[in-house]
Formats: sequence, C-alpha cells, structure tokens
Amino acid sequence: MTDEHRTPVSLSGLSSNDPRLQPAARNPELVERVISVCFIVGTLCLAGFGACYWIDAQPWKLGATLGGGLMFLGIGIVAWGKYLMPRGPFVEERHTLANSDADRQAFAAAIVERGGSVVQRRKLLGGLLGGGMGIFGVVVMFPLLRSLGPLPKRTLQHTDWRSGSYVVDQSGRRVEVGDLAVGSIETVFPEGTENSDRGQAVDQTVLIRVSNEAFTTMKGRETWAPHGYVAYSKVCTHLGCPVGLYEQELQLLVCPCHQSMFNVTNGAVPQFGPAPRPLPQLPLYVDSSGFLRSQSDYHQAVGPGFWERS
Amino acid sequence: MSDVINTERAKKQALGPYGRVGKSLDELDDRLGVARAGRTFMDKIFPDHWSFMLGEIALYSFLILLVTGVFLTLYFIPSSAIVTYHGSYAPLDGQKMTQAFASTVNLSFAVRGGLLMRQMHHWACDIFVGAIVIHMARVFFTGAFRKPRELNWIVGSTLLILAIVNGFLGYSLPDDLVSGTGIRIAYSIILSVPLVGTYLAFWIFGGNFPGTIIIPRFFILHCLIVPLVIIGLVSAHLFLLVRQKHTQFPGNGRTEKNVVGSPMYPVFIAKTTGFLFIVGGITALLGAFAQVNPIWQFGPYDAARISYAVQPDWYMGFLDGALRIWPSWSFHGWGHTIPFEVLIPAVVLPGLIFNFVFVWPMIERKFTKDNEIHNLLDRPSNVPMRTAVGVTMLSFLGMLFIASSTDVLAKFFNVSLDTVLVAMRYLTVIVPILAFPITYRICHEIQTLHGGGRRKTPNVVARSAEGEYTATPSPRYVDDVPSHLEAAPVPTYIHEESEESGESGVRVVDR
Repeated sequence: MTDEHRTPVSLSGLSSNDPRLQPAARNPELVERVISVCFIVGTLCLAGFGACYWIDAQPWKLGATLGGGLMFLGIGIVAWGKYLMPRGPFVEERHTLANSDADRQAFAAAIVERGGSVVQRRKLLGGLLGGGMGIFGVVVMFPLLRSLGPLPKRTLQHTDWRSGSYVVDQSGRRVEVGDLAVGSIETVFPEGTENSDRGQAVDQTVLIRVSNEAFTTMKGRETWAPHGYVAYSKVCTHLGCPVGLYEQELQLLVCPCHQSMFNVTNGAVPQFGPAPRPLPQLPLYVDSSGFLRSQSDYHQAVGPGFWERS
Repeated sequence: MSDVINTERAKKQALGPYGRVGKSLDELDDRLGVARAGRTFMDKIFPDHWSFMLGEIALYSFLILLVTGVFLTLYFIPSSAIVTYHGSYAPLDGQKMTQAFASTVNLSFAVRGGLLMRQMHHWACDIFVGAIVIHMARVFFTGAFRKPRELNWIVGSTLLILAIVNGFLGYSLPDDLVSGTGIRIAYSIILSVPLVGTYLAFWIFGGNFPGTIIIPRFFILHCLIVPLVIIGLVSAHLFLLVRQKHTQFPGNGRTEKNVVGSPMYPVFIAKTTGFLFIVGGITALLGAFAQVNPIWQFGPYDAARISYAVQPDWYMGFLDGALRIWPSWSFHGWGHTIPFEVLIPAVVLPGLIFNFVFVWPMIERKFTKDNEIHNLLDRPSNVPMRTAVGVTMLSFLGMLFIASSTDVLAKFFNVSLDTVLVAMRYLTVIVPILAFPITYRICHEIQTLHGGGRRKTPNVVARSAEGEYTATPSPRYVDDVPSHLEAAPVPTYIHEESEESGESGVRVVDR
C-alpha cells in the first residue's frame, strides 16, 4: 500500500500511536541495519579523506574518499528520512494570503491619504527634493563611469604601424626578405610593440609568403606585397579572435572561434562564416638593406565593428 | 525543603516534562516569542514529488560553490602583473604569464586539495546552472508560475541570468588561453552596441583590450558583488516559497486549499540534509574523476595566439552558437558602422529571450484571462499551448547550443564546415517550428488516452445470488476499504489430483 492511497491527516492533535506516525518500512530492523552500514562506510571514507589529506595523496584519492563519504552518509540520511520516519501523508491547510477588503482599504488609505496629502500640500518642497535627488542621481553617475577608464577617442581607429615600421617577429627579430619560405606564415608586429599588451591585441599581423613574386591582392594594391610577402591584420573582423589557422592549399585564413574564412589571394575577403569585412591589408615594402617595413598604418580600423568606425 | 530539591528526580521535575531542551526553548520564547511560529515551521508540509528536488540541487550546488570558492580565494591572486613561472608544473617552467594564471596553476598543483577544490567549483557551477534551467522548465511546464507566484518566477529568472554571468566571470579569472579569448569576444560584443558601445567597453576594461585591470574587476564582481545579489535573491526566493507555500500535483486529498506531504521536522530535514550530502558527494566524485578546464594544457593568455575548438562552458553555448550561424550582415554608412552580425545574435537575441521568459506569466494571463489563484499544478499535456511554447523555446535554444560546436561536428561527421553551418541555420529555424505542432498534437493525444495521467484504481466486481455481475469503482483511499471487501490474496499454488496415482499434488502457479 503506497502512501499515495492513504487519507492525508493533519499533524496537530494526532495521537502518538497513530499508524501514520509509524515508519514507512515494512521491515524497519533490516533498513536500520542497511543505514548503519551506510553510516559506517561513510565515516570510514571521510576518515580516509583525512588520511589522504595528511599524506598529501593524489587529488583523485582525495575526491574519491570525500565524495564516497558524503554519498554514503547522504544515502543513509535520506533512507532514514524516507523509511524510518513518520510515513504520513500529512496535510496542512492553506490560508488565503489576501486580507479582508477593510484591511486593504485601511492600508491604501494610510499610503494615499495620510502620506499623499502631506506631499500634495507641500508641492514645492516635494518638487525641490525630487529635483535634488534626480540631479544627485545623474551627477553621481559621472565620476562612477568616467573614473572607470579613459574615453575611447580615436584609439580604436589606428594601430601602431607607422610609415617605415620594421616588421619584427614575436621575439623582436626584424624580418628580412629571405626569411620566410614560400607558403609559410608568421605572426609579426611593428618593432617595439612585440612584447606589449597592445601590440599583442591590436598590432598583431599575419605575414604570408606566396609563390607569386609580383603578387597583387586587388586593384590599387600593386605595391603592397613585395616579393610575395602579403600582410593582413590578425584580428578577426567578427569578434576579434586571432585568425590563427592558415589553410595553405585553399589559401584561406581561418578564425577558430566562429569559423570565418578569409581568402588570402583576393584581399582577405570573407569567403564563409559570420565575419562581415575583409581583414585589412598592411602595405609593405622592402628597404635597401632587405628588411620588410610597412608603408603606412592600415587604411581602415582593424578588428570587429563599432559605432564610430567609419 | 532543601533536601528534597537536591534529589535527581526533583531536579527533573523542576525542568518540566521536556527536560533541558524544553527549558532552553522556554528561555528562548521568553525573549523572542518563537514557540508558536516555531511549531508551525516544524509542521510545515513539503509535497513528496521528485521534481521538487530540482530546486534543491540548485540551492545545494550554490552552497558548494560558496564553500569551494572561499577556499580558492585563499590562493588565487587576481592580478595581471607578468611573472615568470617556476612552479611544480614543469612544462610551463620559465614561461611568462600573468599572476592570475600562475596562481591558478599553483593552487592546482602545489596546494593540498587545491585541484580537487577547483574542479569541484567548476563542476558545481555547471550543475548549478543546469539545475536552475531544469527547475525552471519544471515550473514552466506545470504552471507553477501562475498567480500568486509570478514574482517568484521573476526572481528565479533573474537568478538564472546572474548564475550565467557569474559563471562567465569566474571562468575568465584564470586568464588562460581559452578564457582570455572569451573575454576578447565579450569585449567585442560590448563594442557592437551602437552609440555607447566603445564607451562602455573602455569603462569596463579601463581602456583598450586587454589592459591590466579587467582581472581584478572581474574578481570583485565574481567573488563579492554578484554572489551577494544571488544570496539576497535566493533568500527572497525561499521567503516567497515559505510565505506562499508549495504548489502540489492534484491527487488524493489534495486541493487548492491544502498541502499534502511530509512535515519539515524531522522527515523533510532528514531527506534534504541527506540530499545536500549526496549533491556534495556527486560533485566531489566528478571533481575527482572528471577533469574539467585543465588550464595548464591551454597555456597562459596571449592575444596573438589561439587554440583549436574554442568553446565556452555549456551555459554560454547558445550565445556562441547564435554568433556562429548568424549571417554576416553589417550596416556601414554615414561614417558609422552598426555590427548587426554581432549585435543581433549576442545582444538583441538574449535580450528578447530573457524578456520573453520574464513576461511569460503576464502573456499567459492575458491570453487565458485566468486571474485565479492556483496552487494545484497542471499536467503539461493538459495545457498543450503552453507546453508547445516551452518545447519550441527549448528546442530553439538546443539548436543554438548544438550550433556552438559546428567545427567539432564537421570534424566528427567528416563533412565540410559550410555544410554544417548551412544545415544548422536551417535546423535552428525548422526544428522549433516543427516542435510546436508536434508537441501540441502529442499533448492532445495524451489527453484523449483513457486514464492518461491518472493512477488506476481497481474496480470491485461482485456477483449477486442471481448470478448477475456488477462492477463498482473501489473507494478513493485504500484505508477506507471496508474490511469485508478486502481482496483475498491470489494463491501461488493449486491443489490438484495427480493423473497417475489419483493422489492430490501441488502445482505451482506461474504468476
């Protein structure tokens, strides 16, 4: 007979020998024995946890003893509650939360009439205080927000690449025209920023050497890729992840975050995925000593879109 | 006189029938007047249904988060200062990294029990958010959010948002390669807001990404501010629950005006304490045997590096999936850019979803014109419209979640990324649209099933002297069955005569 099928009774006024106060188990002695075993094993496990901690055992042993101990104790306690405590079911009356109409009206009257009239009689004071608090609220926002950080100004519009910046790799070594084999790729920075946060986050650029010595990505960029060295911003135009994967056969740069793919051969136009814009291309030249240098900064803002991006 | 008082028995008598405990309670009641309220609280009835346990999982995993989290704060250093690692994890020796990353590696390898606590903390968080979502689904599909409990639905939904936010903040703290990429994405999402995006991003990050202040700021948010709000709202959630009492499923003796189940003391206390231990035990076992977020394998964050298959924790999956499958529509003109490709999936979409969740009780009340107080729960199949809406929403979120692993799926099924992406775009639209009518239909089918959802009660079949059979349903409660109608036990064997010898034998009846 399950508890589902018993008439629920109220707890109050129940005599202490009522069958509903008896344990639910048919064989309480057996259940008690099983629970005792649970408690003993749980206690041993927890003692084992202490021992494991003492001898600085591996983490899995700590977790196994702690978890096992808690599990056994928990199962024992739940079984105690479920099988050895009053079986019920018991019932409790619900009282309506709503008060009588008179009480409600008295409450509303206290707020509207007593309080409201005080404010309404002194409209000027109420207005002045309200205005003061309003201005305080606005004014308090200024230092709170403005102290948090600088204004963006135009810092997002440009990078640290300048006319004549040396192209250096992550260790700061200047890249020479013979350094990269055809088909290889390197992450480069303008000299001096390779160890800075901003350099890493904003100036990072991928340098790829393609086989075509007179490589042109698009019209108007004929001189940008000397000796097949083509450079794109490494900051994805979708959400700013580094475009870190280079698929050499298909000539694709792939962003591992959301799988935008940029075609290296035609100016990094997005060929697939959520990125809306090509990766900006960095115009390069080779100086008389054979070092790779940038002709200028990128011609557009790098990275993801924002309101002020023209 | 005095020699009488000195006997043990007299002492006991002086304490009253309930001994020292009773005496202490008297003292307490003298000062606080708790006797009547205390008795009512001890007698508070909790319905016995497994689905009421889901909220308890959420509550207890939150307690585990607090305990393990305090342990972690003792060793974690929230600083972006660059240090050179020389700790017990050899593969990273000599690498430059932030102090946040170094201290996380240290607390994983050099602090006794540190790795276990870190993994338990991470697992408890995954369980916390998961339990909230399932608990919420239970509340939604059974209509527990209806009047008078709309406010608690809103408090609970806010808790879900806070849990997700705090999960993201905590996940970002170690400053490893994967979580750093997550912060970069969050920064870009803030940037995408028209007009104020760049200002917000610069204020939150103290300048351009990454800066050096974001880890300390996330730390104070993750460890103090958000948890405080969560504790406050959890308290409000529980207060409202006690004040309004539990809902219950319809059943024997259960009405809109009562609660049927087990009393707080001692039955519920025992069950729920045991359950706290079980949740703690499962978390500890997961922490022991299931590796989670091994940041030493990812390495420290470096804005110019990235690893393959970058995915956030599961509860951020729907956002990541939306960002992956949303088309690359961007507005550009009049000297301004509106990055719709980010704004819509990452700002507008979650905003719409959560607003829909918040106002659902009001929407439903508007459509059903039902302004009654409800304490009895609905069976989901009896409210096909609501159930269909819920399944549609869950299948939509499920599709977005699956879309957050397009690259993994492409690799697993060995198809091109294009195929997976296009398929997910279609599926995210089609599956929810199909889910609605199918769910609606299934609900109707279940409703028309004979006896669907009701426990079967036996009929009492009686044969009259004339040989006429009459079937009458048995009484509601077995307790109330008159003893003379109690069914005789079904025999397990039948006496019958053995064919050869003619002696009586026993045939065991196979039941």
